[in-house]
Amino acid sequence: MITKLNHVSVFVLNQESAFDFYVNKLGFKVHTDASMGPGMRWLTVTPPDQPDLEISLMAIDEGMMFSKEAAQQMRALVSKGTFGFGVFECNDLLATYEELKAKGVVFTKEPTKEFYGFEALFKDDSGNWFSLGQKA
Amino acid sequence: MADTLQHYPKIYLYRRIVQAKLFIDGHYAETINLDNIAGEAYFSKFHFIRLFKIVYGKTPHQYLISVRLHNARLLLKKGIAVTEVCYALGFDSLSSFSSLFKKKMGLSPQNYQRIELERNKAMLQKPLQFIPNCFAEMKGWTQKPQF
Repeated sequence: MITKLNHVSVFVLNQESAFDFYVNKLGFKVHTDASMGPGMRWLTVTPPDQPDLEISLMAIDEGMMFSKEAAQQMRALVSKGTFGFGVFECNDLLATYEELKAKGVVFTKEPTKEFYGFEALFKDDSGNWFSLGQKA
Repeated sequence: MADTLQHYPKIYLYRRIVQAKLFIDGHYAETINLDNIAGEAYFSKFHFIRLFKIVYGKTPHQYLISVRLHNARLLLKKGIAVTEVCYALGFDSLSSFSSLFKKKMGLSPQNYQRIELERNKAMLQKPLQFIPNCFAEMKGWTQKPQF
């Protein structure tokens, strides 16, 4: 039976910029940063309290994964904020919201009390959006 | 209707506590006087420590130590000498730094650094060993015989 999720991919426009966003703004930890050569970088980060969930920051480049046309389409979709990749959890949403805002993170929904708890929405530097929640 | 932030009466308190936390994040290597931080946040020291702990689950001092240790790990991973790391982060003595590091991390700074540098070296020489094969294949990286 399946027991855990240990890798998930987020497609980003620029890995260096994504590194800065996820590590220096969100406070995630670098798990693996392995380079196979120019344009071939395997970069994964983990949420601070979840070291066994690697988020792979995948570059959208033309290659075996994406044709030239597919890469262009994918980049356009990511930029437009088409993809929502998940829900992050924090202990104190208001404090986290204030801190991330102070660091320049763009929120598309400010902390709001929903029936399941507090929730806010933010975008990463590429345009991917995430929910940020605090359990009630 | 959902309650949004403007309806939340204590947001100004959060802003002050968050500013204090960000101050620690930016000045962790300096001698930080908690009275000054509390003063800048317009709180009494007691009130400040209490609120900080409610929000972050640690006292400001405990948080400062955790930030220093986090940055110690980053510097050790870069190969900077243990003594240099210790004093660069504002620890008073090498022995207090080493014992605190070992208590939190379960191994000495020297051993931590050795393990991390070996991992970095392996990542440089054999990067494919650190990448799930399905992804490496999808990207065409397994066709690079040098790795």
